[in-house]
Amino acid sequence: MLGGFNEEQIRRYSRHIILPEVGGKGQKKLLSSKVLCIGAGGLGAPIIEYLAAAGVGTLGIIDDDTVDLSNLQRQVIHGGNVGKPKAESAKQFVNNLNPDIEVKTYIERLNANNVVDLFNEYDIVVDGSDNFATRYLVNDACVITDTPLSHGSIYRFEGQVTTIIPHKGPCYRCLFEHAPPPGMVPSCQEAGVLGVLPGIIGVIQATEVVKYLLGIGEMLTGRLIYYDALNMTFDEIKMRWNKQCPVCGEQPKITSIQEEIYGDSCRIW
Amino acid sequence: MAVELDLKGEVCPYTFVKTKLKLEELESGEELCVTFDHAPAVENVPRSLKNEGHKIMGIEQKGEHLWIVRIRKA
Repeated sequence: MLGGFNEEQIRRYSRHIILPEVGGKGQKKLLSSKVLCIGAGGLGAPIIEYLAAAGVGTLGIIDDDTVDLSNLQRQVIHGGNVGKPKAESAKQFVNNLNPDIEVKTYIERLNANNVVDLFNEYDIVVDGSDNFATRYLVNDACVITDTPLSHGSIYRFEGQVTTIIPHKGPCYRCLFEHAPPPGMVPSCQEAGVLGVLPGIIGVIQATEVVKYLLGIGEMLTGRLIYYDALNMTFDEIKMRWNKQCPVCGEQPKITSIQEEIYGDSCRIW
Repeated sequence: MAVELDLKGEVCPYTFVKTKLKLEELESGEELCVTFDHAPAVENVPRSLKNEGHKIMGIEQKGEHLWIVRIRKA
């Protein structure tokens, strides 16, 4: 044992420990951190993969879906596990990659009743969900429980990603107050998605999580990266805190998580 | 009295990784004496430590394949 690390850990994390910005102290911070991953699908796969490799000590994974053959075009952690719950498949992957990680699986849907207690157990939440109802539920619950959030979403060849530190910068609702009308935006199932796209967006999310836990660098707060794979461009959109934001504004209308808000449109009036 | 670390048998980059982990346990200004028998470490480790701001107080050759590097923590 040296600095609290065993021989295997010294070798496993050596490339982190060598970095002046990480060192043994930073690696210990990662090992004592708790991150909740919403979804173990396209975005969740690279997020879980890299957070586990980095040595984030506790990974919560919530997903109520099972692995389908059509997932394997992009969900790189689920090989050989068609038919298994994604959360269990992800846990198996993590256990093989890094035995230091404690994985907590939740084979259920995130909802208004379980979200607050769940978020209170974690240092930061990473959203890899694929629908607006969950996305708004996650954003609002993060603001209400004061939990940092890495947001990512993908569509065909495009992705967007931002980091939300509640009450210190804008939230998702500051930019998009409510979801587009139901049926206006097709799902990945209907619209298709380039397999590598969630890899790029998910790895940016994982990068933000690691930086946040280490307390290094400039976070992607108040900024949204818009990525276009076809043109290979990364554009940055400035996000401003909206004083009228229904959840983090000066007079918020949403002060607790009420189930009826998180229907199709996530409108509150 | 300097703290000692025996890294005989260890090779790069773990020579530096282990020296760095040991230094993290010390207070600023404390001294650490590390023993190496891996020749490249005698050049690599002091260079990496200097990059992190630590001071190399001396490098002493004790045998054909044995060196002691004395470091003061930044």
